Amino acid sequence: MSLEKAIPVKINGVPHELLARANETLLDCLRQHGQFEVKNGCEKGDCGACAVQIEGEAVDSCLTLTWTVEGRSITTLEGLNDTNKPHPLIAAFMEQGAVQCGYCTPGIIVAAEEMLRETLNPTDDDIALALSGNLCRCTGYTKIFAAIRQAATVLREGGGND
Amino acid sequence: MTDQTPHRQTEANVVLRQIGKPLERSDAEGKATGRTRYAGDYTMPSMLHGRVLRSELASARLKHLDASAARNLPGVLCVLTADELPDRLAATDIPGQTGQKRASTDRQILVREFIRHHGEPLALIAAETPAIAEKAHDLIEYEIEPLPGVYDIDSALGPDAPIVTEPDNIVGQHKIRKGNVDKGFAEADHIIENTFKTQFIEHAFLEPEVGLAWVDENGVINIRMSTQVIEHFRFIADALGVPHNKVRILGAMVGGGFGGKEDITVELYLALLAQATRRPVRLAYTREDSFLGHGKRHPFVISHKTGVTKQGKITALEVNIRADSGAYVFLSPYVLLYSAVAAPGPYRIDNVKIDSAAIATNNMYTSAFRGFGAAQACVAYEAQMDEIAKAIGIDRFELRRRNFMRTGDKTATGQTVESAIWSDECMTRALEALGEETKAEEPVKIGRGVATYQQSYGRITWLHDTAEAWVGIEIDGTVIVRSGVTDIGGGQVSALSQIAAESLGVGLEDVIIYHSDSAVTPLAGTTTATRALYMTGNAVHKASSILRGRMIDFAANELDVQPDEVDLANGQAFVVDDPSNFISLTDLAARGASEGLQRSELAMFRAPFTDPIDKETGQGPVFPDFTYGCHAVEVSVDTETGEVTVLKSVGAHDIGQAINPQAVEGQIEGGALMGQGYALSEELIYQEGKLVSPSFSEYLIPTSMDMPEIKTIILESRSGLGPFGAKGIGEPSFTPVAPAIANAVADAIGTRVFELPITPEKVVKVLSQSQTNGDLEQKLNKTPLLED
Repeated sequence: MSLEKAIPVKINGVPHELLARANETLLDCLRQHGQFEVKNGCEKGDCGACAVQIEGEAVDSCLTLTWTVEGRSITTLEGLNDTNKPHPLIAAFMEQGAVQCGYCTPGIIVAAEEMLRETLNPTDDDIALALSGNLCRCTGYTKIFAAIRQAATVLREGGGND
Repeated sequence: MTDQTPHRQTEANVVLRQIGKPLERSDAEGKATGRTRYAGDYTMPSMLHGRVLRSELASARLKHLDASAARNLPGVLCVLTADELPDRLAATDIPGQTGQKRASTDRQILVREFIRHHGEPLALIAAETPAIAEKAHDLIEYEIEPLPGVYDIDSALGPDAPIVTEPDNIVGQHKIRKGNVDKGFAEADHIIENTFKTQFIEHAFLEPEVGLAWVDENGVINIRMSTQVIEHFRFIADALGVPHNKVRILGAMVGGGFGGKEDITVELYLALLAQATRRPVRLAYTREDSFLGHGKRHPFVISHKTGVTKQGKITALEVNIRADSGAYVFLSPYVLLYSAVAAPGPYRIDNVKIDSAAIATNNMYTSAFRGFGAAQACVAYEAQMDEIAKAIGIDRFELRRRNFMRTGDKTATGQTVESAIWSDECMTRALEALGEETKAEEPVKIGRGVATYQQSYGRITWLHDTAEAWVGIEIDGTVIVRSGVTDIGGGQVSALSQIAAESLGVGLEDVIIYHSDSAVTPLAGTTTATRALYMTGNAVHKASSILRGRMIDFAANELDVQPDEVDLANGQAFVVDDPSNFISLTDLAARGASEGLQRSELAMFRAPFTDPIDKETGQGPVFPDFTYGCHAVEVSVDTETGEVTVLKSVGAHDIGQAINPQAVEGQIEGGALMGQGYALSEELIYQEGKLVSPSFSEYLIPTSMDMPEIKTIILESRSGLGPFGAKGIGEPSFTPVAPAIANAVADAIGTRVFELPITPEKVVKVLSQSQTNGDLEQKLNKTPLLED
């Protein structure tokens, strides 16, 4: 087994060092670090439950080796919600009933947040495309789409944390 | 425990204050912020990591297994094989609550000699890290000798078939006999016969099976895990040979179930490893483990022979149902019973003959999956209705109307349905909601289809189902509910909050629920069979109603009025005719506490209990009650590529009373997409029993790109047996979807694919066949003209 190396990263804005061997994934390291909101669904990049943002871009942390993210900024669902006021996406997911078993929710919100930074007027096709790497088995996606549209409206009207 | 009818019959409130409102679910915030801890998110100091070694063949003999290299690897604490286990079996029956003798369907825990299905466990490993466990897994040496296996149900019934289950590979058979089918067919003007086939499918919950076990200072094996059924603790204790009170199962919010976490999964392996090492052990299935490690949906072959008059009245129905139960029995006998009872659909038919059988093979074992045999039955009976309509030239919706059961009618087993039967209204509403037909140009064709259904909620009544719940009011007036219910994502826990809040006149935020702990929360039974709201909801309603009566009596005394003048709402007990005369629940609870008022209640709800139905005729009550409804869809079919796109999908269901309409919509929308996957894309491929599609890149569940416009219509007859007249919706929302899509595709292309899933290849194939037949017919028709 290869040696562990300390990889400096920022997790949700706070500097940390992740201890990792060469073949360890960011998913495993983040969970060992206590970021349990990053979920393990398939470890093959098929389901998106483990999605996090690296420098603002949503990626599957199960396909990302920790050694490759040295010095980078990692944002998980927790990092989107670090103030007293819930992020408009999180509030919308709660209000719209977009959460059922909740296991896919962290990855989906992380992916949706990236899309909403691109456009605050997403079409349904935009939303479908943004979520195409995230599987949900409970909701039929309908209320997830509604929640994302609601969050876009709130953000367009200047709501949210910033 | 008090076992009495509620003290006061005054229903909570004339106007419901919590029930029927689309309230934000009590579990929504924890899940949407990522703070909810799932079973896989718990760790303990000195925790070990488990791993399962699985067979790569489906039918084989284990000649020898050598774990010495694995055991010698530093960091490996134990490797268990069949040699280390006592000679015990594991139950695969449904968990009994009543001391009934379980069916003799047990399976080996680890392979001792014969391997019966691909993925059957050979050894268990516990090591200091997941990486060491993985290495140990690869170091176990074993030799297996392939044996002849049987991989389809026809071969399994052949004269020289290898026997998977003694004596003849038939693991469950049911009969239903009503009236006289010979007479019925004689009265018919047309007889229509068709055979329909369905495929193996996978639950594909997002959270793979996972758990953490430890042995405590009392010798109790504690298992925190993702499961629909904490009451498997008894089966685990039996398999280990310890008393039932020495095994405790604690749940957590479950990352999806759909029936796939209804049987024993990781808990037995966890218990064995924790017992062997005396250290905490975590076992997390990989996605591949999950594909290989739990039972699948049964593939069915269903033949219908229907006699019908010119006017469209069905006079006789004969159905033959066969299903692949795989290598172990599990819940197959029950699934086949459901399919037999469901086989006539929501129709009144006087002469019925139904035979169903589950047949053992060396394919993966099959067991519970949302719809539980009744869904497969619906795929057949609703396709058959459209085929009948086409054959006799009658409108397919009108054909259904002429045969629907109506409120007060009996099922084919002679059970009078006590609740409303609103199939007709549901179908009318669903069709209306499809709106104007979408326009398309060649080669794309548009089609529409519906499916109606009859789906039970609650367990089979001779299983004598019960649920307990405890409700208490704290001294500050806040409410605590304890229920053994597991929440698999449908909002099972949140619904209980709403019910307790309604009865006790508080807000949802004033209720906290402790759930799914077999040692601490009153046992509530399983979250399966669309029974959670019906059973645990009634238990909570009963306990909180008794408590409500007691609080009102006490308040009446404090307010110096009669109890029937008092209501509870908004955290107060008040006089209905003079709301200014009130006492807050906080003060009431505190005063009650100092007077020794009992502020808690443990109640049991019992479903109707019956004896088993007659074996030869299948006559008698089978379920507490049924849900009725309709799913309607519009599809487009590209007749060149065979590609089917679902454009509109509408579910209209009479669910009695929506406790939380938003959660009900969620069930219907989720059922719509799961049913779409069943109809169009999902199929587990087994070759010689070996699963060749064990990942989400090969096994295709619907994604955001496949989502049609989904509409939900909730009808409320308030006639159900659940709390406030609720019926169930978990399974019913799924059941009619696939047949509705199949009917829409047939409507679009004028011919039918009789076997799910309806892939582009199959569509193109039936189109080319019907083209050939059409050409032939044209030629034959023209021939006489040419001769003229």
